[in-house]
Amino acid sequence: MNAAVNSNGRSLPDAEVRREGEELVLALKGEWSLKTEREINQSRIFGTLEKEQATHAVRVDISGLKTWDTSLLIFLLKVEDWCRSHNIDFRQDSLPRAISGLIALSQAVPEKQTGRSEKKRRFFFYWLGAAILAALDGIQVTLDFTGQCTQSMARLLRGKAAFDWRLFWLTMQECSAQALPIVGLISGLTGLILAFVGAIQLRQFGAGIYVANLVAVAMAREMGAIMTGVIMAGRTGAAFAAQIGSMKVSEEIDALKTLAISPVDFLVTPRMLALFFMMPLLTLYSVLIGIAGGAVVGVTVLSLSLTQYWNQTLLSMGLPDIATGVAKSAVFGVIIALTGCQRGIGCGNDAAAVGNAATSAVVLAITWIVASDAIIDVIQQLGNF
Amino acid sequence: MMPETGRENATVPAIEVRHLEMGYGSFILMQDISFTVEAGQVMVIMGGSGCGKSTLLKYLIGLKEVEKGEICYQGRSFSLASEEERERIQRSFGVLYQAGALWSTRTLAENIALPLEQYTDLSAKQIREIASLKLSLVGLKGFEDFYPSEISGGMRKRAGLARAMALDPAILFFDEPSAGLDPISSRRLDDLILRLRDSLGATVVVVTHELPSIFTIADTSIFLDAETRKMIAHGDPRELVKEGKSDKKVRDFLTRGEAEYSSRTS
Repeated sequence: MNAAVNSNGRSLPDAEVRREGEELVLALKGEWSLKTEREINQSRIFGTLEKEQATHAVRVDISGLKTWDTSLLIFLLKVEDWCRSHNIDFRQDSLPRAISGLIALSQAVPEKQTGRSEKKRRFFFYWLGAAILAALDGIQVTLDFTGQCTQSMARLLRGKAAFDWRLFWLTMQECSAQALPIVGLISGLTGLILAFVGAIQLRQFGAGIYVANLVAVAMAREMGAIMTGVIMAGRTGAAFAAQIGSMKVSEEIDALKTLAISPVDFLVTPRMLALFFMMPLLTLYSVLIGIAGGAVVGVTVLSLSLTQYWNQTLLSMGLPDIATGVAKSAVFGVIIALTGCQRGIGCGNDAAAVGNAATSAVVLAITWIVASDAIIDVIQQLGNF
Repeated sequence: MMPETGRENATVPAIEVRHLEMGYGSFILMQDISFTVEAGQVMVIMGGSGCGKSTLLKYLIGLKEVEKGEICYQGRSFSLASEEERERIQRSFGVLYQAGALWSTRTLAENIALPLEQYTDLSAKQIREIASLKLSLVGLKGFEDFYPSEISGGMRKRAGLARAMALDPAILFFDEPSAGLDPISSRRLDDLILRLRDSLGATVVVVTHELPSIFTIADTSIFLDAETRKMIAHGDPRELVKEGKSDKKVRDFLTRGEAEYSSRTS
């Protein structure tokens, strides 16, 4: 019997089982290809083998076989498995050398029992426990890293740290002049939005002039530092994690360690100090641009003059407001540098790990920026300053 | 195995390169490269560091556009082919990159599954079976659910080879397969290449400068010379190493500079 033919005139794969004396013969037919549109009915063949199993050997007849690929190999390995489980001899002598060679090669190294494929059922408490342990591990790693950075600062003050000055100045530049456009744009828009929201509400009471107070105080105390922090977390924190993560992958950090150079001294402290010094300056710039954004709304929507708006701004805002924003921004700078560098140093050894490190650095930095902002506000309220 | 491309016509060379010029921009790295590889042969691309071995491989697998010269597979032009035809020919290639180039976010089985998912209509179960078989062919059965970062460099190379074989390629390309491996692992990989060649019937192109590998696996070879920017030898390396059969540079390379050293000291 010839194998069936498909629409392209190619014969479809097929197999038949027949008995020849004491042996079962598995006759293979047609073109066995992974790209064929018909899958062979294996259950029929194994059903016939089961029925006819009163035999001592299975032999393969390839006289009807035209072409073959991996699909045939997989089928034959299943037949061999079946024969082994039924204590029947699987005779490969009639198989082409290439097929028997591949069967031998696939069985040359026994399967490694890793247990990785077994799907274990986990209960809620397992996941809860794992999450708590992971969180505790995270806290421990963060504290450990913060401690290392503190020690590094102490070494730097004593002049004993391998401090990379070139990296320090380069990071200063990256975190200052190069960040001005994006910080300016976002801060200007933030001031504009704050002023719009205030204008709509305050105009109802004829108190439109107080939009200047709202924008000035909000930008100086909170929004200037927070918006700058968020921008720098996304821009610089992610870059720190990716740079140091790539260095970890290419064993550059190991090379530093083998030279007895602390990676924290060399890679983290310069970045941390650069951000610590630059964040306050960026925040002052952000506050100024935010106020300018508010002034645009004041002049165009509330018909105030620029002088009126500026005078009202100066009346509403004092040095403590600016000092609060500046102090917060220095803290945010340290947070961004610490999270970015810590994620980079703790990065895995592959390309995906670098991406994950950058992502988690941004998420963690923004979370900590908001949390620490709230903490500082509470402390200020409690301390009345 | 018997895929559509690569073994249809035994009289036509599996690979034919005619007057190929390689370069980067206006810089000409190598010119007038011509050679043929018969179906089922293992050809080694030899030469010193920086001579353009890996660049030639990039031209052969279509990662670099041919500007001068022609590359043909089974008599069909690859460099002048339409986009569709090029992709069809490329699907008959299997490439093992230097470090395996496994996708780090996918397990070994998923790495092998990707080309099968893209180019076949097989079910997920069949694809899993094929991935498992390919891993067993390279001695990695049981590692299906491991990520590349969890296995050693040698295992990554073998897994890369399993992925290269996913679509039953007619031509296998290897870029420095022995680089970074110890001599025993390197020897095992050479044996594996030969066994797979014998079983799969594939044509194999290997870029290497590992002498033991060259003499173990090569049926034929070419030698690229960085100085003259030309291919200065083509043939069986066991023949090329003999006096009078090739340029002195080739013999020095194949005998690891022994001849030059002897003449200096004598």
